[in-house]
Amino acid sequence: MSSTANKSGVSHWWWQRLSAVVLAPLGLWFMFSLLTLDVIDHSAVSEWLGAPLNALGVALFVLVLSLHSQLGVQVVIEDYVHDARWQRRGVLLVALVHILIAAVGVLAVIRVAAGGGA
Amino acid sequence: MTPRERPLSPFLIYRFDYTMVLSFSHRVTGVALAAGSLVLVAWLLALACGPATYERIVHIFDSWYVRLLLLGWLFSFFFHLVNGIRHLAWDLGYGFEKSHARLSGWIVLTAALIMTAAYAWVASTGHGNPL
Repeated sequence: MSSTANKSGVSHWWWQRLSAVVLAPLGLWFMFSLLTLDVIDHSAVSEWLGAPLNALGVALFVLVLSLHSQLGVQVVIEDYVHDARWQRRGVLLVALVHILIAAVGVLAVIRVAAGGGA
Repeated sequence: MTPRERPLSPFLIYRFDYTMVLSFSHRVTGVALAAGSLVLVAWLLALACGPATYERIVHIFDSWYVRLLLLGWLFSFFFHLVNGIRHLAWDLGYGFEKSHARLSGWIVLTAALIMTAAYAWVASTGHGNPL
């Protein structure tokens, strides 16, 4: 166990499980929505994402997915990168990338839902 | 005088088992899905940028190697999902006996393969989904 894992180990564990429980139905809903969509048609996908409930669902999916992914990849880095300095750098880089994923994803959903993608 | 019992080395206790491979696979698919989230966001971004950009990304998705990647992500998604439920059951204290863990392991792998095949099949017959 690394120092970063020890400081907030319990809350990390809980967030990982909580996000997993939320992600399971959200992920299935998203994947099966994709199946019903004509995904190569920009206007069809935009129209689907323009519905408030769908926009909310996809935004929530991207947010919870980013959190879950962040927590998971952090553990992998802490387990396999043993050099303390590189471990810190890795964890920081992964956190930044995940913040970027969450921000860009949610902003894109908002833009499409607001009709900006038309 | 009887010799004291000493602890065994880990490699004498843990025999190699396919449940280990399965456990490691949860991490591998998880990291793969983390990379896949970049593609998901790129897709959303292209959607927000308008029809021209969207058409370009759909064109990239249409190549055989990206399809192969999408198939890998699809399997990773279903495997990580079903195996994740298995892990949550363990957290609640269910199914931890070795025989149960082995059986649920096979169920997870089979379910993930069937779900992947079914999804890819429906996608390919249906609405021009790039998969």
